[in-house]
Amino acid sequence: MSKTSTKGIWKVISASSMGTMIEWYDFYIFGSLAVVISTKFFPSDNPAAAFLSTLATFAAGFVVRPFGALFFGRLGDIIGRKYTFMATLLLMGGSTFLIGCIPSYETIGFMAPLLVLILRLLQGLALGGEYGGAATYVAEHSPAGQKGYWTSWIQTTATVGLFISLMVILATKNVLSAEAFDTWGWRVPFWVSIVMVGVSYLIRKNMDESPVFAKAKKEGTTSSNPLKESFGNRYNLKFVLLALFGATMGQGVVWYTGQFYAMSFMKTVMNIDSSQVDELLGIALLIGTPFFIVFGWLSDKVGRKYIMMSGMLLAIFFYRPIYKMMYNTTDITYKTEISETTKTNTETNAKNDVVTITSKTFTDGTSYIEKKTVFADKKESQSNITIKINSEDEWTLIFLVFIQVIFVTMVYGPIAAFLVEMFPTKIRYTSMSLPYHVGNGIFGGLLPAISTYFVTHAKANGKPEFYLEGLWYPIIIASICFVIGMVYIDNKNKTNHL
Amino acid sequence: MNTVKQILGVLWIIFSIAAAYFCVFEFGLPKFLSDQQDDTVFGIIILFILTPLIVLGLGTFGYFSLIGEYNEKK
Repeated sequence: MSKTSTKGIWKVISASSMGTMIEWYDFYIFGSLAVVISTKFFPSDNPAAAFLSTLATFAAGFVVRPFGALFFGRLGDIIGRKYTFMATLLLMGGSTFLIGCIPSYETIGFMAPLLVLILRLLQGLALGGEYGGAATYVAEHSPAGQKGYWTSWIQTTATVGLFISLMVILATKNVLSAEAFDTWGWRVPFWVSIVMVGVSYLIRKNMDESPVFAKAKKEGTTSSNPLKESFGNRYNLKFVLLALFGATMGQGVVWYTGQFYAMSFMKTVMNIDSSQVDELLGIALLIGTPFFIVFGWLSDKVGRKYIMMSGMLLAIFFYRPIYKMMYNTTDITYKTEISETTKTNTETNAKNDVVTITSKTFTDGTSYIEKKTVFADKKESQSNITIKINSEDEWTLIFLVFIQVIFVTMVYGPIAAFLVEMFPTKIRYTSMSLPYHVGNGIFGGLLPAISTYFVTHAKANGKPEFYLEGLWYPIIIASICFVIGMVYIDNKNKTNHL
Repeated sequence: MNTVKQILGVLWIIFSIAAAYFCVFEFGLPKFLSDQQDDTVFGIIILFILTPLIVLGLGTFGYFSLIGEYNEKK
């Protein structure tokens, strides 16, 4: 089968990776700016708006992605990979830009959260269609025996997209004052997207269709009904199920634990300052990202299966010790307080709430601020703790997050090649997209919410190590996936269709 | 290995039933019936998206495994 030259494939990789990275960037800035967005569009005192906020978080962000996979996957198998993933790029970029343009709830009322929800749904649909197209497009251009290496460039895009979203937000915050960022500056990361999408669109526009698909089209062997052939045919359906339960389900939870749960754990359970978490996560992602390529390349040499399964097994065994070590870095019961630096200030605000701010510093350089509000009307209190860790602890956490990113690179680096090889050309886009987005969007995407539920439940029941309970979800899912993967997946890939 | 795959098929079917019980009675319904709006939406997603996916998906996978669809000769 004719494949693209090395020079040509770099063009393919850059065009595909840049677009996919931008789509991940677009998708993540919404999550990274969730707090600001909620104050602008979803006021908590309006139940309908708050309801839309929850829908935007769960439904649009994660649940709609498999529907995008089906819709665009079908298109990609009928009209071609190139035009389909150009459409998803424009849809994602346009939606992101428009989110940054919507007037706030104060200006246009209920229309504001409704428009945000619709645009977020479109983002989810676009993302559902993008990844499968990019992975398929690159794999179908790749020389035999190097698909793991070349598709691993696509695999870096999700992490790079997350990294760039964190950096653009940090840069915008640094350039603008806190007030300017809160008033209009939060819109900048959304507007930046349209420039990147424009450039990426122009690059993709000049690319050729995948040679494998073009050949199939010329020979008239493409599918007229990819959905029916993918899921209505028992032979293909069994591979779709195997891809989901033997690979993407476990990969999804490892990916979300290593990047999002780690972030949420440091911010909400360990109470580390948000900017400090973004910084250390950014460093860990930057150091870890090249390993996607390493493991993608290695999978061409030793097979995809054992690398992915090793990543899952390591995650299963090491998640609890890693999170225990992470938690200990901010456990102030192990630290020595410098008592003369402790300050407490109590004020009553305009609403007659009593606000007490206590600040402490410790001999190792850790600082601790607790803001306790006793509400005048509700007779309730709320406590917010912010901890700034010292440089040594920061590097400890960078290392511990980096290890988790390595697990992510092991399970995620080879998976695009694994999925595209599993299905024939005529239904490849549809068949690989669905298990990928169910595994990542549903099993992975629901991880923060399910794990937080376990933590809250354990805390309410007085479990001493309540903060580790959230890890049971990824551990159980990854364990099932590991057993299925080890027993049912063939490392020699006898069903390789590429 | 084919026998192991077929025996494990039974295990996946049992898992899917156990997951159905856990997702519906221990997790989904309490969330769905909660006073908190966030929990209600989350409960809906557990009950109507995650549960059918695990039960039907893993159940079908287990069934295919049990009848030998994943055996070497196939």
